[in-house]
Amino acid sequence: MEANTLDRIQFAFTITYHYIFPQLTMGLAPLIVIFKTLAIKKNDERWNEVARFWGKILGITFLFGVVTGIPMEFQFGTNWAVFSKYAGGVIGQTLAMEGTFAFFLESSFIGLFLFGEKRLGQKLHWLSAFLLFVGTWLSGWFIIATNAWMQHPIGYEVAADGSVHLTSFWSLVLNPWAIYQYMHNMGGAFVTGSFAVAALGAFYVLSKRQVEYGKLFLKAGVIAGCISSIWMLFPSGDLQGRMVAKHQPVTLAAMEGLFHSEEGAGIAIIGQPDMEKKRLDNSIIIPNALSFITYQRWDAHVRGLDAFPEDQHPDNIPLLYYSFHIMVGLGTIFIAIMIVAAFWLWRGRLYDSNWLLWILMLLFPFPFIANTVGWMVAELGRQPWLVYGLFRTEHGASHMVSSGNVMFTLLGFFGMYTVLTLLYIFLMLRCIEHGADELGISTQQESNL
Amino acid sequence: MELIWFMIVAFMLVCYVILDGFDIGAGIVHYFVGRNDAERAAVIRSIGPVWDGNEVWLLATGGTLYFAFPALYAAGFSGFYLPLIMVLWLLIMRAAGIELRHQLEHNQMWTAFWDFVFALASILLAIFFGAALGNVIRGVPLNAEGYFFEPLFTHWGTTGETGILDWFTVLSGVVAFVALAVHGANYLALKTEGEMNERSRMVVKYGWFALVAVTIASLGAVMYVRPTLLDNYYSLPIGWLIPIAVAASLAAIYYFNGKGNDKAAFLSSSVYLAMMLGGAVFGLYPNVLPALDPAYSLTVHNAKAGEYGLSVALIWWPIGIIIALCYYRFLFKTFKGKVVVGEEH
Repeated sequence: MEANTLDRIQFAFTITYHYIFPQLTMGLAPLIVIFKTLAIKKNDERWNEVARFWGKILGITFLFGVVTGIPMEFQFGTNWAVFSKYAGGVIGQTLAMEGTFAFFLESSFIGLFLFGEKRLGQKLHWLSAFLLFVGTWLSGWFIIATNAWMQHPIGYEVAADGSVHLTSFWSLVLNPWAIYQYMHNMGGAFVTGSFAVAALGAFYVLSKRQVEYGKLFLKAGVIAGCISSIWMLFPSGDLQGRMVAKHQPVTLAAMEGLFHSEEGAGIAIIGQPDMEKKRLDNSIIIPNALSFITYQRWDAHVRGLDAFPEDQHPDNIPLLYYSFHIMVGLGTIFIAIMIVAAFWLWRGRLYDSNWLLWILMLLFPFPFIANTVGWMVAELGRQPWLVYGLFRTEHGASHMVSSGNVMFTLLGFFGMYTVLTLLYIFLMLRCIEHGADELGISTQQESNL
Repeated sequence: MELIWFMIVAFMLVCYVILDGFDIGAGIVHYFVGRNDAERAAVIRSIGPVWDGNEVWLLATGGTLYFAFPALYAAGFSGFYLPLIMVLWLLIMRAAGIELRHQLEHNQMWTAFWDFVFALASILLAIFFGAALGNVIRGVPLNAEGYFFEPLFTHWGTTGETGILDWFTVLSGVVAFVALAVHGANYLALKTEGEMNERSRMVVKYGWFALVAVTIASLGAVMYVRPTLLDNYYSLPIGWLIPIAVAASLAAIYYFNGKGNDKAAFLSSSVYLAMMLGGAVFGLYPNVLPALDPAYSLTVHNAKAGEYGLSVALIWWPIGIIIALCYYRFLFKTFKGKVVVGEEH
């Protein structure tokens, strides 16, 4: 394999693995603020227990996010040196701001939140939870702004040496692409967080352990999950889709599997892209829907892949197509299930509906999948460009680093992350086994000592 | 403008080395200071709430280097490909050691395993960081395009086809190892009581002689490998204050250690680290990554980013750092005082 291919695999693998953790911490952080608020407002110690329990989960997950996140910043330089030299003056800016404004905030207040409750008192403890939430969401902003510049570069000029120089700070930081992508991405993280809370609640109620806490988890998880999964479709998903349609029309065509330009183009619900015959096999299509969603007219002209030169096409169209369809399919299922669950909750029937609890419990891995394929849509959709329209992926890798050396580190990451996975699963199962209430008892014992 | 950013990056690097230096140092002396499970738990607890924030300085420095000197970031990180990726693995292992140890606090096999991982990763990290600095001082085989690649080792010499490790960079690694051990022991002396405090002071007391020896050896080696490092000192004689400060801080470590003033001893080892790094940085300027062939050296002038980006960052950077220092003050204030052996997490 060529070094460039291995560089791509290594970055894709390490970033995909990394993002398992931040999506959960960014999803849980606002929920914990809500739990702490409920505990103080209602003067209900149970919500404090809930906050402590999810705080423990968040603490472990945060650690895994940190250790798998450091390699991401490094790899821009180690594996993508030519790209870094080209674009570092622009995207280095947002990455440095992430370190300065978000990481210091997160790392200080995670320690205070996890270990400082007794020393800080309830109000300051609430404040640390809140600042931890702000830190994780700020961090998300700077990463999205970095990615948004690569998707939709603005506010730059090409200097004499061929590299790009920043010309407008606010264009970089408040890129319109970043605003919609952020809305969609953070909604996705909130889906992961709330579904995890609901799933564990369902597990506790079904297994008849910690039932009281299970019900609290379910209540919070279902309400938050219902709001966030609808948010993913409208307005955030819709707005994000329009950005793609406007600025990356060839990507839209590839996502939808639209090989030929059409008036009144339809949306394929399922079907397999046949790259040789340039068509979708076994497709089920909603007529005219794509035209309407994209241009708000049933008969609008939508450009298919054939409207663009081949060297502009994303280089893995089937994977892009499937990623997009899995994301949308899962998102639709999430909305349906959460609306039913919220209705049952309102009618007071949720805790006794075993079938629904089973579904909520088994649903927990799927938001992770939906978020992952969502990012695959963004990143595969950007190909063949590293910086859209400006700089091709094939030119970005470090050419002094040989393929054998990249293979060595790639295998090393495989091994390292396998160990991390086992540890994470083990620690999570242990937390779930202990549950919220046992934690509460041990905390009380501590304060009695 | 580039001089300002050169100094900012140097400042952040010094902050990183002093701050993460003490928790890496605590890892180096982990087994010396913590003789049993409860004591080693106390070592971990003394750095528990702060190590992550300390490590953020590495990320913030990396990010700043990235946008201020993109060509340096690109050349340095790809050229040091193998050791940097190994540093990443060591950082992962060390973080796991610190944070996972207390998850099963009463399982002796679990804690013993993570103690070992934590100590080993800390020792190797200190040596790697020292060797990296050694490479920068020695110079690297940059080509006309501004890139290079070094294998881990070749013939262990400082000329020709160099590797990451040679006699000089290994010596730099040893200096870092000894210096951080003393620094970490000073921190632990400050944070612990009783026997742990006494043992930490012993490490400083005996480590001090090794530190003086390797410091002198490394200064001699620098004169031999890169005599041009002194040019800036001759042209700007105020620079000679730096080696004087190194000597003074060394003397202060010994003096305050003997007096039992752990805080002053810790501050002295912080000054020592700052001055050692500052001395190297002062001598290197305007080079940021000297090449074995001087014509290809990366300097602040040919590695810097665009003028607008650098000036706009001069607005947000001080704001961000001042806010960060406020968090730090609050964090260290909340967790101030000594850790007690046997206390629950």
